[in-house]
Amino acid sequence: MSSIPAVSFQNVSKIYSSARGEVRALQGVGFDIPQGEFFGLLGPNGAGKTTLISILAGLSRASGGQVRVHGHDVVSDYALARRCLGIVPQELVFDPFFSVRETLRIQSGYFGIHRNDAWIDELLHNLGLADKANANMRQLSGGMKRRVLVAQALVHRPPVIVLDEPTAGVDVELRQTLWQFIARLNKEGHTVLLTTHYLEEAEALCSRIGMLKQGRIVALDRTANLLAGTAHSMLRFKTDDPLPASVSARARVTGRIAQVSAHDAQDVERTLSALHAANVRVEDLEIGRADLEDVFLAIMQGGTPPAAPVEAGPVTALQSATRGARS
Amino acid sequence: MTRAISTPASGGLGLDGARTLFRKEILRFWKVAFQTVAAPVLTAVLYLLIFGHVLEEHVQVYGQVRYTSFLIPGLVMMSVLQNAFANSSSSLIQSKITGNLVFLLVTPLSHRAWFVAYVGASMVRGLVVGLGVLLVTMWFAPLSLAQPLWSLVFALLGAGMLGSLGLIAGLWAEKFDQMAAFQNFLIVPMTFLAGVFYSTHSLPGFWQQASRLNPFFYMIDGFRRGFFGVSDVSPWTSLAVVGVSFLLVAALALRLLRTGYKLRH
Repeated sequence: MSSIPAVSFQNVSKIYSSARGEVRALQGVGFDIPQGEFFGLLGPNGAGKTTLISILAGLSRASGGQVRVHGHDVVSDYALARRCLGIVPQELVFDPFFSVRETLRIQSGYFGIHRNDAWIDELLHNLGLADKANANMRQLSGGMKRRVLVAQALVHRPPVIVLDEPTAGVDVELRQTLWQFIARLNKEGHTVLLTTHYLEEAEALCSRIGMLKQGRIVALDRTANLLAGTAHSMLRFKTDDPLPASVSARARVTGRIAQVSAHDAQDVERTLSALHAANVRVEDLEIGRADLEDVFLAIMQGGTPPAAPVEAGPVTALQSATRGARS
Repeated sequence: MTRAISTPASGGLGLDGARTLFRKEILRFWKVAFQTVAAPVLTAVLYLLIFGHVLEEHVQVYGQVRYTSFLIPGLVMMSVLQNAFANSSSSLIQSKITGNLVFLLVTPLSHRAWFVAYVGASMVRGLVVGLGVLLVTMWFAPLSLAQPLWSLVFALLGAGMLGSLGLIAGLWAEKFDQMAAFQNFLIVPMTFLAGVFYSTHSLPGFWQQASRLNPFFYMIDGFRRGFFGVSDVSPWTSLAVVGVSFLLVAALALRLLRTGYKLRH
């Protein structure tokens, strides 16, 4: 495997000027994604994920720092950098003048690749679009348009695939089709950078994860380490009753479902006793390990982040610094 | 262990992509040819019928040229200019507002490639509409091509300049209202007041001089020269004015594209 990172962010900052003053969308973001990795970039809305991807794609310009794709600077060597990138944008956009096949041929042609129908047919087949090849883009459903966006990003066979929330609002079937295909491309050596709000997807697919909060990287580690680093267990149950204050402070409630973090067996016992004492009727009680969502929430709420050692992959100075700052 | 995918080769950068963008822009207007070609031809024919009917018996130009004959090259050139502008400006503003310009922004196309493709396609549309107007209107009055090379040169330069101007407007405008303002308050008055419907020799002295400040006047006057062999000003003067204007507008369009004006934030 080449030692040149597929993607390299070095001290990237982005400052927007607005009527209310300067907005720092990104501050000193720096990490590398090695070739062939499936990397997840997570963060709440407004954390800077899309800004970082826009800078990578050349849609936006960094206020400071440097971004490289396969060693090519995205500003001074933009043509080669963009040849290495396939971007699936977050917005569901399309050109209403053309059919699916025309759209893909045009996108391929922009990269100087003509007579690309064999690969276009393979993309259409793998993304379940074969019977829509000659349909106008306006005639497609939202899910189908999303598939075309993915095909457009892959039409020039880029070594680095960037998916900016590709499964937002799409059905289960497309998610499975998409992830099977992307996982296959990753196995074939393509690097994948994924942003998503579906943390179970990130947990299942990404070998390494970076978390952004208010424009800064607050966690960067292998997924397994992030999960192993949390000592928490989770109590999950259903209830219609209000939780006592000592429990609700540690609880995440979604409708009738409550999830309460617990450090150890004694903590579980104490939580159950508190619920019992408050006459809270509990149904379908489960005790399980914390998942990526719990890790994510702990980090975003400023809780104790996982402190497991890094298993592999480059450790940047920033990564070390953020660990130090958190400990 | 996965195998790494190597960096794609960089052969044929820019020009191949420009060719695709050029073809796509042609295809875009051709798919709606009723709106982009047939409609402006019909509009020009209506102008000819109305103005020709009202003024044919009252106006003669250059001493012996019938008014309807005089009007035809003006209408042809007006159609060339307005449609060249419309092509690049409407394509860009639509792509910006619908968001599909992102597909172009993530490609390796250089700013020169964007310019060549957008302006080239605009020139094609302008010339196709102009030719359509000529083919339909030429049956209404006697017409000759005394010095056809002048017509060709000014049609190409005029279409190129308005295609470039459309590109600038498309980059600048952020909503359809701003684009309509650019078109209705700048392009349309400048073409209408450039001598499409009259010879500037028929104007009072002040307005005759004012017309000389309008570069569109030189495009139309130079284009007419190709038909009648006479014009309000020397075709060489017109060539100099139109040539310099085109270079200035093209340089501005290229600069805006290179700096990513309102494209890359």
